[in-house]
Amino acid sequence: MSNRDWLLADSPTSRLQANVGRAYRVFTALMRNPLSVLGGVIILVLLLTAAFAPWIAPYSAVGQDLGNRLMPPSAAHWMGTDELGRDIFSRVVWGSQITLTIVLLVALISAPLGLLIGAIAGYFGGWVDRFLMGFTDIFLSLPKLILALAFVAALGPGINNAIIAIAITSWPAYARIARAETLTIRNAEYIQAVQLAGGGPVRLIVQHILPLCTSSMIIRVTLDMAGVILTAAGLGFLGLGAQPPLPEWGAMISRGRTFILDQWWVATMPGFAIIIVSLGFCFLGDGLRDVLDPKSEGKN
Amino acid sequence: MAIDQQGASPEPAPGYAGRGLVRGFSTASGFVLTLFLTFLGLLAITFFIGRVIPIDPVLAVVGDRATQEQYDVAKIAMGLDQPLWMQFISYVGNVFTGDLGMSVSTGRPVIEDLSRFFPATFEMATLGILIGCALGIPLGVTAAARQGSWLDQVIRVVGLLGYSVPAFWLGLVGLALFYARLRWVGGPGRLDIFYDGLVEPVTGMILIDSLIRGEIDIFWNAVSHIILPAAVLGFFSLAYIARMTRSFMLDQLSQEFVTTARVKGVPERVVIWRHAFNPIRVPLITVIGLSYAGLLEGSVMIETVFSWPGIGNYLTTALLNADMNAVLGATLVIGAVFIVINKISDVLYRVLDPRAR
Repeated sequence: MSNRDWLLADSPTSRLQANVGRAYRVFTALMRNPLSVLGGVIILVLLLTAAFAPWIAPYSAVGQDLGNRLMPPSAAHWMGTDELGRDIFSRVVWGSQITLTIVLLVALISAPLGLLIGAIAGYFGGWVDRFLMGFTDIFLSLPKLILALAFVAALGPGINNAIIAIAITSWPAYARIARAETLTIRNAEYIQAVQLAGGGPVRLIVQHILPLCTSSMIIRVTLDMAGVILTAAGLGFLGLGAQPPLPEWGAMISRGRTFILDQWWVATMPGFAIIIVSLGFCFLGDGLRDVLDPKSEGKN
Repeated sequence: MAIDQQGASPEPAPGYAGRGLVRGFSTASGFVLTLFLTFLGLLAITFFIGRVIPIDPVLAVVGDRATQEQYDVAKIAMGLDQPLWMQFISYVGNVFTGDLGMSVSTGRPVIEDLSRFFPATFEMATLGILIGCALGIPLGVTAAARQGSWLDQVIRVVGLLGYSVPAFWLGLVGLALFYARLRWVGGPGRLDIFYDGLVEPVTGMILIDSLIRGEIDIFWNAVSHIILPAAVLGFFSLAYIARMTRSFMLDQLSQEFVTTARVKGVPERVVIWRHAFNPIRVPLITVIGLSYAGLLEGSVMIETVFSWPGIGNYLTTALLNADMNAVLGATLVIGAVFIVINKISDVLYRVLDPRAR
């Protein structure tokens, strides 16, 4: 039996085989869509860049060289230099670590939080549901960016507080999804079987409901990542996110604002990085949605 | 997203309008109630942000050089010696009577500042949404009518760019290109400096005021200043509106009545613009409402880039000065407008869609 047959077996003999087989099917389906391949490649490049930043970046991210300030793009400085003579390409490379950190932490905080709240609301129903979802709806009906701004204003500027503020404003969408999913599976027979066998609510939610919400959650998180990157860059631009001399892309654009009329590259280059990475997440999220959730195909 | 045109959500929409006056009345009161509760929730959040998160709100006001007496006076003046729920009630009471506190940086009541800054934001966002609709709807319809063509691909990419381009960056690049290089448009601000303050404010919206006063020169100068920020804002609503229009149209074009019309020999233009487009006007209203509310949010970034004297600029200036009253006041106003626009488009949808009536 070849590897491929083992992966695509109709009746897998182990849980591992089933899981790996499913992952393989999703992967092959994704590879058929050129845009999601492009998205995947972009995210892969981002990951590699962040991991190997010290070897990729030709210069230091913070080292100043005032003799070479505001140099246009050239062979020595691919993206030019900024007002302190720092190589913009190197700073963009180092900045990928910051962007990746923000994106990962926001996802790690807000997705589980939303999942848990939504699953609890959907599983228990009644006033628990009404209270939790009322709370969620209020958050959902408020403008995210403004709310994040107000939170950062209260917490104080800085990259950690920016992450917290973005996470606080992005969980409600996940709660809504988790609740909808929970409602559709709450009365399934296998749930009743676990209940009959004496499984309590914690065990049911954690072991039997949450795993089923993950695929729609992955789609949504991937699609939302572009928004998270933009919000983080916006906070950085306003001086509320990562603080200098950290090479955060939004903050770099903000520094370049002063020189936009004569030295356009200072503000423009980090912007391209933001656009490419955000587009990557959009492409990948679109592709994942088409593969994992074919019902919604054509919508949006 | 929030637009479930075919009612695909597993539960019926809350407040689903039935037939008859009684149902209509309960929908209306339910609408007011949810509006009120949402607004109360917004107040709870701003209260939480302003009074609970800061370790010591008094210190934030008086500064760390204040003596103990000054500190105590400020604490009592701010009502911080009261229990938290009492503070919240008096906060809600203050907001409903229009008292948002004093701004530390401008020295005026926040509500006064906001009403002075609001028209500029409103003017820019409205022009933005007009641009977005005027271009986005035809683009979306064309993309759907020629599905798979190069035009469709271009519109798809534009739609995704709307989700991945930072608004402030686009504004900066626009300024560098159209103002600094090409000299097609005016620079930051609402008017050239020598026109500033020449027009007596009536509505606060410079385009309308200058026309009322018959100052045609000033009107055109204002147009040259507003066109770029409004176009940048318009790009984001264009991206969203075109994307949604396209998917609504594709839904309609696959329906049997469209095939019937084509078989009967109705010209394609009529099939598209009458048979297929008419039914999607209602869901489009919701989309436009949502993106209008989104523009008010997006204007925060754009106003900072263009030094536009609107609420967004006021908010960011206050943020940098740690002027919490002003920050929370602006958050409240933008949040309230956001909520109201969302709810109105929701109601309009129910009123206009015969299936929901």
